[in-house]
Amino acid sequence: MLQTEQIKIDQSKQGFSGFKIELWKYQGEMGALIPLLQSAQETYGYIPESAIEYISEIVGIPSADIYGVITFYSQFRLKPMGKNIIKVCDGTACHVNASTAIIKTIESELQISNNETTEDGLFTLQKVACLGCCSLSPVIMINDETYGRLTPKKVQQLLNEYRENAAKE
Amino acid sequence: MKTIKVGLGTCGVSAGGEKTYEAIKNEIEKQNIQVILKETGCNGMCYREPLMEVIDEQNNSVVYGEVTPERAKRIMTEHVLNNKPIQEWIVQGSEPTQDNSFFEKQHRIVLRNCGIIDPNSIDEYIAAGGYQAIQKVLKEYTPEDVIDIITKSGLRGRGGGGFLTGLKWKFCRQAEGNQKYIICNADEGDPGAFMDRSTLESDPHSVLEGMMICAYAIGAQDGYIYCRAEYPKAVQRLKDSIRVALSRGFLGKNIFGSDFNFSIKIKEGAGAFVCGEETALIASIEGKRGMPRFRPPFPANKGLWGKPTNINNVETFANVAWIIMNGPEAFASMGTENSKGTKVFALAGKVARGGLAEVPMGITINEIVYDIGGGIKDNKKFKAVQMGGPSGGCIPASMGDLQIDYQQINKTGAIMGSGGLVVMDETTCMVEMAKFFLTFTQEESCGKCTFCRIGTKRMLEILERITDGHGKEGDIELLRDLADKIKNNTICGLGQTAPNPVLTTLKYFPEEYEAHIRDKKCPAHSCSALITYSIKADSCKGCTLCAKACPTGAITGDKKKAHEIDPAICVKCGKCFEVCKFGAVIKN
Repeated sequence: MLQTEQIKIDQSKQGFSGFKIELWKYQGEMGALIPLLQSAQETYGYIPESAIEYISEIVGIPSADIYGVITFYSQFRLKPMGKNIIKVCDGTACHVNASTAIIKTIESELQISNNETTEDGLFTLQKVACLGCCSLSPVIMINDETYGRLTPKKVQQLLNEYRENAAKE
Repeated sequence: MKTIKVGLGTCGVSAGGEKTYEAIKNEIEKQNIQVILKETGCNGMCYREPLMEVIDEQNNSVVYGEVTPERAKRIMTEHVLNNKPIQEWIVQGSEPTQDNSFFEKQHRIVLRNCGIIDPNSIDEYIAAGGYQAIQKVLKEYTPEDVIDIITKSGLRGRGGGGFLTGLKWKFCRQAEGNQKYIICNADEGDPGAFMDRSTLESDPHSVLEGMMICAYAIGAQDGYIYCRAEYPKAVQRLKDSIRVALSRGFLGKNIFGSDFNFSIKIKEGAGAFVCGEETALIASIEGKRGMPRFRPPFPANKGLWGKPTNINNVETFANVAWIIMNGPEAFASMGTENSKGTKVFALAGKVARGGLAEVPMGITINEIVYDIGGGIKDNKKFKAVQMGGPSGGCIPASMGDLQIDYQQINKTGAIMGSGGLVVMDETTCMVEMAKFFLTFTQEESCGKCTFCRIGTKRMLEILERITDGHGKEGDIELLRDLADKIKNNTICGLGQTAPNPVLTTLKYFPEEYEAHIRDKKCPAHSCSALITYSIKADSCKGCTLCAKACPTGAITGDKKKAHEIDPAICVKCGKCFEVCKFGAVIKN
């Protein structure tokens, strides 16, 4: 069992680049492990091994237990992600409205399967349970943008738009 | 001066609401129009998004639907500048429209401000009567009075369990200890339910006020909102609302001059369905793996950090202030004998008008599907509704006259759940549906109880082989046996209800299972392993529509000559079948 009650942030151990600014927020806060992991992921796009070790040191929880928490929640990723994260909703409403065809279109268009990243690092595909936009099903989310009432054709267009924008940059 | 409101809940935004808002803003600047432009939440008519409301100087309101930036420009010129409303785009106004029936049977308590006020403005919430209830409670009622009022109202937990809210509060009030917590469960995990997201985005202060009243009644000083990380907009709204409420002194110390202190923190979930279960949610807030534990002790006695804790969901809290202001009798006058008040349903699936509808308990399924939902899309046949998400079940269309309340729904084998209502038509395969839900629960099982961890996996394997055309005699009996064992040998709601989708489809649609197993046929023509698409050469005119519609390029053929489908490339999406005007595409 994790002794989360005893988690206290040790400010003196700051030094890990990137998300040290965030640490003051968790000073003296109980149950800070998940927010810390979320903050690490926000900084790096995934949770690197070095971040696990660092967090382990400041919260005093063994890395193995932190790894257990990371793998329990679907939000956390241990591998770097593509530039654009595509979340395809396969919730009930989207499922009845043919989200399977949407998923298949993306898979064949990008040549990747669920939880994989394209070779050029542009896209990562994630199948998710429900984005809560059921009345606009089928729905996908690319990064923080939600797109509804999709058809395979529209998805192709959308992917092309993202590719073109990436090419411009 | 006229006021313009644009619906910018997640549903409005994903339908293009932000572009509409921008277009209106540009038009205001360009033509130097004197109006007030505001953002609002979702009024429930998600199927008509983006929505734009124009309120004129005499306070007459007109709501336009499906407002593209182009439409918005015309509305600005014709209606806002020249006072000539564009009738054909109006979905709600002084004249009756076909959309009026969407609202006729609704009674809005939880959604009272949704789509009306600007959720970013605490002043609009106050002007709509907000933060009156907490002041009344602090001035006039003892904590026991509040619990008494909530108990009398008959309000039951809207998260799915349906436990009497007043009673739950009482247990926590009576629990020993000075430090107590309350938690708002905003981890809306049921696929197909989105009322909590909408409420948090459209009227966040009503939830905060409900929590404050609860905290006063229980004797808690600290509250948490456990919100899904998949709802970034809701999380942002909550953060902003808490900050503003703090700056006004509505949260913090000595609230409204009383000796009541209360503060609220937000915890973002990290994506685990099981965290909707109380004890798992508590573990997750504590920073652990979200695994449920045995009850008793119940959270009311031993919850967060081992202290007495009360957990209610978003919709439950959103009812509280209304009950205080309008009295428990007003709430209890609606609904059926054992289910009082209203319930918000998230209507989605194959229904013509998807969105949020709040109706008195006791309304029938048919009233929701036909009168509010406008019937089935594309004139197809109504087959079933799925209620209660992965823990619920499918209720057949033949039971459409069933009155919706906790008891009646439980009798069917489904559950009320959080109120997701997914409508299915004749093209939905019930075996595939059961498989879909089991895939979900199997993935989301935390793994603590053997029967949930392994039993759901075995059930899923059986369903997979049935839908793949390899079903065997005896599979149905095996499913029933496993379902029974899972239900009786697991400790939390996830495991105990996981077999429900299978059991209800077995109960009401046994012939579909038999067709899959014995005849290797899917009666709904949905299971791709059991269907094939082909083109009848003598009916095909070579119009190329199907080839253009095909997402994978599986269809080849010259213009004006019969086309062919390559079964190796075909993903069986059915697009060719939909677009063919000559009935040449055959589904078998």
